[in-house]
This record gives sequence, C-alpha cells and structure tokens, in this order.
Amino acid sequence: MNRTDKIFGIAALFDTPDAIINAAEKVTAAGYKKIDVNTPYPVHGMNKAMKLKPSKLGFITLFFGLSGAAFAMLFMFWAMSLEYPMIIGGKPFFSLPAFIPITFEVTVLLATLSTVIGMLTFFFNYPNNNHPLNGTAYIKAVAVDKFGICIEASDNKFDKDVIEQLLHHLGANEIETIYYPKDEVYPIFQPKYLMFLAATAIATSLVTYFVLNKLMFMDPFNWMMVQDKLIPQEKSEVFEDGFGMRKPVEGTVARGFIPYPFMGEPTPADVLSNPFLPTRENIELGKKKYLIYCSPCHGNYAEGDSRLRGQFPNPPTLHSVRSREMSDGMLYHIITNGQNIMPSYASQVTREERWAIVNYIRVLQRAKFARESDLQEIKKESAANVE
Amino acid sequence: MKIDYKIEPPVVEGRLSLSQIEELVAKPLETRPDKKFFIAIGISGTALLIGIICVAITLHYGIGMWGNNQPVGWGFGIVNFVFWVGIGHAGTLISAILFLLRQKWRTGIARFAEAMTIFAVICAGLFPILHTGRPWLGGYLFPYPNQHGLWINFTSPLIWDVFAVSTYFTVSLVFWYIGLIPDFASLRERTASKVKKIIYSIFSLGWRHSNRNWLHYEKAYLLLAGFATPLVLSVHTIVSFDFAVSIMPGWHTTIFPPYFVAGAIFSGFAMVVTVLIFVRKIFNLEHIITLNHFDKMNKVIMATGMMVGYAYAMEFFIAWYSGNPFEQFVIINRAFGPYAWAYWIMVTCNVVFPQLFWIKKFRRSIPVMLAIAILVNVGMWFERFVITVTSLHRDYLPSSWGYFTPTLYDIGILVGSFGLFFTLVILFTKTLPVVSISEVKAVAGGAQPSHHGGNH
Ligand code: HEC
Repeated sequence: MNRTDKIFGIAALFDTPDAIINAAEKVTAAGYKKIDVNTPYPVHGMNKAMKLKPSKLGFITLFFGLSGAAFAMLFMFWAMSLEYPMIIGGKPFFSLPAFIPITFEVTVLLATLSTVIGMLTFFFNYPNNNHPLNGTAYIKAVAVDKFGICIEASDNKFDKDVIEQLLHHLGANEIETIYYPKDEVYPIFQPKYLMFLAATAIATSLVTYFVLNKLMFMDPFNWMMVQDKLIPQEKSEVFEDGFGMRKPVEGTVARGFIPYPFMGEPTPADVLSNPFLPTRENIELGKKKYLIYCSPCHGNYAEGDSRLRGQFPNPPTLHSVRSREMSDGMLYHIITNGQNIMPSYASQVTREERWAIVNYIRVLQRAKFARESDLQEIKKESAANVE
Repeated sequence: MKIDYKIEPPVVEGRLSLSQIEELVAKPLETRPDKKFFIAIGISGTALLIGIICVAITLHYGIGMWGNNQPVGWGFGIVNFVFWVGIGHAGTLISAILFLLRQKWRTGIARFAEAMTIFAVICAGLFPILHTGRPWLGGYLFPYPNQHGLWINFTSPLIWDVFAVSTYFTVSLVFWYIGLIPDFASLRERTASKVKKIIYSIFSLGWRHSNRNWLHYEKAYLLLAGFATPLVLSVHTIVSFDFAVSIMPGWHTTIFPPYFVAGAIFSGFAMVVTVLIFVRKIFNLEHIITLNHFDKMNKVIMATGMMVGYAYAMEFFIAWYSGNPFEQFVIINRAFGPYAWAYWIMVTCNVVFPQLFWIKKFRRSIPVMLAIAILVNVGMWFERFVITVTSLHRDYLPSSWGYFTPTLYDIGILVGSFGLFFTLVILFTKTLPVVSISEVKAVAGGAQPSHHGGNH
C-alpha cells in the first residue's frame, strides 16, 4: 500500500444534507476543532453548524483593488503629464475623465486576479494533490452525492475509539481511517530527466534563434522592407515609356511661375507696367534684393563701380540718360531677360522682387539728380527730426 | 392556465438524483465522439478554414484586400468586432448579474454561457488585431518601456478598448476556471483513464470539496460576480466610446453606452438560445436546461429588444430636437438613404420579430424561438453595420462620399469567425462539463437541508 501507518484522521459518510448538518453541529459541540466537512456542493447552514468565521478574502480584494486604481492613475499621470507630455485632442496633460476607463479596468483586473490567486494559494495552499484525503474512497464518495465529515488526528481531543463511536451514534453509514501518504521522491540526477532538460534547452534556443533572426524577416513579417511603391528614378511597368517619374502635362504652369511673354527679345515693342506702388516696404525689399543680386556688378549706388575687379566687364552706370529714361517695364525686362552679357535673373529673383528692385533703382536715380524742392523737403524733415 | 407565481418551478426537472445529474453532464466526456459530432465539426472546421485562408491572403497582400477605403475606413473589421464582443456579454450577464440577483435558474446555463463569452471575445479580438495590418506587432498596444521613451495614448478610446477587452477576457477566463475547479475534482474521481486523471488532477489543484474551502470559494465567487457586473457594462460602454467620443454625426451621442449594452445583452442571449437548443437536444440535457430556462431567456430578449427599439426611436427624436442639421441628415439618410435596406433589416429583426415573445406559446416553442434568435443575431449584426457604415459613407465633405461594399475576403473572414466560434463550442462540449455539476447539484430537489427553509 502506498501509505504510511501514521493516522491523518477519521472520516465518516452520511447520506443526506440534514444528517451532515446535524453531525457537524454535534461534533463541533463535542469540542473538536480540527474538523472538516466535505460535500459535493456548499450546503446551506454548514458554516453556522461548524461555527466558521466569515471569510476574510474580501480584504485581499480591497487592498489590491485600491492599489490597482492608485497605480493606474499615478502611472498615467506620470506618463502623460511628466514623462512625455503631449497635447492630444485638445485634452489637458492630466485629463481625469479620459483616465477613468483604464483606471477602472486595471482596478477590476488586479482585484479579481488577486482574489483568485490569493484564495487558491494563500487560503487553500493549492495546488495540493498530495493531501492525505486525496485518492481515498471517502473523497470519491463526497465528490458525487455523499456528505462527509473528517476529524483530524492533530486535534487535542483525538481518540480513535471515542470518535468512531460518536460518528456511529450520529448515523454515519461508513467510517474510514485516513493515513498519511508516503512522501514521493523525485530524483533529479536521473539521466532521463537530464536528457529532457538538455533537449528542452536546445529546442528553446533553436526556436528563439529562428524566430528572432529568420522568421521576423520572412514574408509577411518583413518590417515593410519590401513595398509596392516607386521611388525616384525607378523603372515602372505601368507606363509605356518605362519611366517611373512622370513629366507634367503639356502647358502645366507651376505655382508662382507665370511665363514671361517677351523672353529672348532684346528690345520688346511693348512691356509690362509696374504693378507695385513705391511704398516704404516695397522699396525696403527692393533695396535688400538689389544689394544682394545687383550691387556686385552695378555698385551699391548703381554707379557702375563693380566690386569684381575686372573679373567681369564693368556694366554702365544706371544714372545715364538712357537708363533714367527707360520705362519701368524695360528695367524689369532687362532683369528678367538679361541684356547682352548681363545674364537673366528670372530664376533667382521673384516677380515681386524684380518690381521692387525697379522701384529701388528709381529711388537711387532720383537721389543722384535731386531737385531743389527735394532738398528742401529733406531739410524740413531733418529739422523736424532734431526737435 | 393558472400559474401560482409565488412558487418557483423546480430548476432541475425530472427528479434527478445527484449522481444522475453528474452522470448526465459527464457523459459526453466519457463516450467516444459519434457521427453527429464529426459532421458538426466538419462544417465548422470548413468555415474556419475559409477564414484562415482569407486571413493568410490579407496578411500577405495587406488589408487593401478588404472593402474599407475612404470614406468608409471602418468596415467589417469594426462591425464584426462589436458584434462578437456583444455576443460575449450574455455569458457574463448570466453568470454574474443573475448570480447577484439570486436567480437560481442560471445554474443550468451559466457554464455554457461563460464559455461562449470567452470564445466570442476571442473571435472579437481577432478583428481589430487584423485591422492593424501587422498583428504580430500587437504588443505595441500595451504600455511597455521602449527606447523612444514613448507611451501609448491613454486618453484614446481605442486604447481603452485594449484594456477593456483584455481585462474582460482575463476576468471571464478566471471566473470560468474558478467555477470549473469543483467539477474537475468530480471528474478526477470519476475517470478510469490514467491520462485523464493526471489532467483533471492538475486542473482541480487537489480540490477536496471541503467546506472550509467552500466558505472562501463562495465569497470569491460573490466578489468576482460583483466585479464582473460593472466590468461587463464597462466593456460595451467603452466599445461604444470608440464611436461616441468621435465627432461624426450619428456617432457623437450620449445614448450610445446604454444603447450598446442593451444591444449586447440582446444579441448575446439570442446566441445563447440558438446554441443551447442544439446542445440540449444532442446531449439529452432536457431536464437540466428546461423550457423554463428558454422562457426566461426569451423574456430577456424581448425586453432588451424593446430597449434597442427605444434607442432607434430616440436617435430620430434627438436629431430633430437638437436642431443639428448634420445629425438630422445622417439619421434620415440612415433610414432612407443608400443603406435603407440594411436599416430596415435591422429594425424588423430587432424590434418587430421579438414582439412575438409576448405570447407564451411562442416563448416555449423551440422552432419559433430558434427562428427569432437567428433573426435577432442577423439584425444585431446589421445594427453594427448600419451604425458604422452609414455615418462614414456620407461624411462632412460631399466630394468624398462613397458606397462601401465588402470584398470576398471580408465575408470570408466573417464566415471564418463563425467557424472559429462554433469549432471552439463543439470542442468544449466534448472536453469540459457544459453544465456546472456542483452548482446544479446544489439547486436540485432535496439538495439543501430541510429545516433550513425556503429559497435563499
Ligand atoms: C554679373 C554682373 C551683373 C550683375 C550682377 C547685374 N548686371 Fe546689370 N548689367 C551688367 C552688364 C555687364 C551690363 C551691360 C550690358 C550691355 O553691354 O548692354 C548691364 C546692364 C544693365 C542695365 C542696362 C543699362 C543700360 O544702360 O543699357 C540695367 C538696367 C541693369 N544692368 C540692371 C541690373 C539689375 C537691376 C541687376 C540686379 C538684378 C543687375 N543689372 C545685375 C552686369 C551685371
């Protein structure tokens, strides 16, 4: 037999719930403490009959439930408000209403898991298939439809004969003595077990290697390294000419690039007129652009004093009669188109900036040939400034 | 017929003894599967296979294989997700809420309904994960420390969903397992097979049916039921937030949470009825899953059906009352626009047909309730379809209006999810007790001490 001779307790079986309630009451009344009742389902009134105190399981639930709530809330506060603050959907960094759903879920999760795990391990000491009662005929009977009571040998008042008599008296129809089982031993250094460990280790490493280094780079787990799209200069099967990059449709005008109708004509018969008034801002802009693009050749005051020291033929002064009598449109045309060896500035200077430069050139020319009235105007202004 | 409503009908019929109950429930686990079983699993397995093929093609070519595109960016993926999560809700309702309400009749169907919850949540979880396009990167949905120092957006309804659904799944699983422990112990004592004994021993954890354990066990069950109840309400509430927190007309309404929860219970009960009709017949459980059970479930279906109908009416009322032209357009477009056909399928299936349950004869007639339950399931699927698609296909920008049509792959994956669900259900009936043995024993006639009096 697979048991020792040490007695664990004495167990008795009853047929009806009434009988077991009666038995539990009597046995408890007789002063036995180390007793247990085994029934196929919870029998109403048994806790009272055995004088058991209400379960304290709820405290575990309460503690872990509250810590779940606190943890979730604090974590979200830390992550969303301190660690990586980001405004999403116009919500504040600490948006309490939006944190409530997750706080609730974490509370429930922790409360239930802790209740169950706490009950099974802390209260019941499970898993425990090695308990002396397990595997007895007694347990087999109470699992189906019998009701049993067991008085353990560790009880102070334990006396085999007295107890058997008491149980008989209570109407038990079967009484069984329960013995402790033999301790099972699990030899660790068996070759079979060591082989098993080694095989598990090898299999685990192989699978891990395969998953991390091979599988993760196979289709479809390819981390988007293969994509059905064209990158610049790539060939395409879709178009007849095989080019992946497409030319714009004939006559397409890019934004801000309205074509200039007199391109290439040295002296157009008709030119555009200046759409901008010489306001302060416009002239400021023209000055800035003139100094950047024109002054290296034409000089800061358009006097033809190039800073290029002969690396490029000196341009004529823009204070000549010819230049002063040019229309705004003609100046614009020269900047846009170029003239003889002066290149076109159409690609560097935008249309607005070109007109602003034209206005600025007019300012330079007016300053060089100031009239008496202009001088008086300036004197008046500077006098006003002194006061 | 005169009925005295003060006396509850016996929960277990046929005066079964405790051992007979156990015998009945354990029988499918101890007999070899018969022809019916193989036919059933053949059908569900085929459906599952269709789904697997469609999923494989989706993974290979990307979710461009699906019908959703601008402006309907949420197609079958979300429709099926909401549908399956809803199915799951009946299980928790039966096992937790009816437990708190001390409804003893729940014992006969609770185990099965809980199992359906778990399977339905598995099916539901598939869809959003597939919709991400790269399901194997699903871990990114959870907060984990990473080298970017970046966290998930805890204020997003989609992340609430992740937490709600995964908590729901875990808690349902634990709840289910806790209920199974005493049954595993009973099966451990019954079985003659050595292998089965080892398996049952492992899962029973050494349960001894000890009253000192029952004391805490009942407490734990109560606590879990107490948590599962708000949890189940929160889950569909949060699912409805996916819609309600957005600013789409037709979605942005405060009625959504209760409306979704009622709809979930409605569809869930319909699914429980559908499946239990077959299980009860095939495994001869007529005495444990009685017509009284179906009668009560049909009443729940009718009640929740009317709640859903009320919500439909309320949407019209609020659209008018709010004076919001966008809301009004969407609601009218729902009923009379391009998807009017779907809307009216939804209304007839969900509001009209369940009204037949006012008549007691229909509530207790298996063919009638089967027909209505299936119609309700169809109707509830269309409800999610109508909500998702009608709001999106006419959005604020008329130039991008469109018409959503699912592709074959959409439909294949939907079929596959049914295949998965029923395969799991069928396997479950053959591997685990479909009825809680210990709970049903506790409510059988004469199971409780006589002097202890009455029902409580
Ligand atoms: C690379 C040196 C260079 C730069 C920079 C340059 N120019 Fe010239 N520019 C010349 C030369 C050289 C000529 C004389 C061309 C010719 O022989 O007709 C000239 C001619 C002109 C004339 C015609 C003068 C006349 O009397 O025919 C104008 C007006 C003019 N430039 C304006 C500008 C403006 C405005 C800019 C700034 C956008 C500019 N230039 C930038 C070299 C330059």
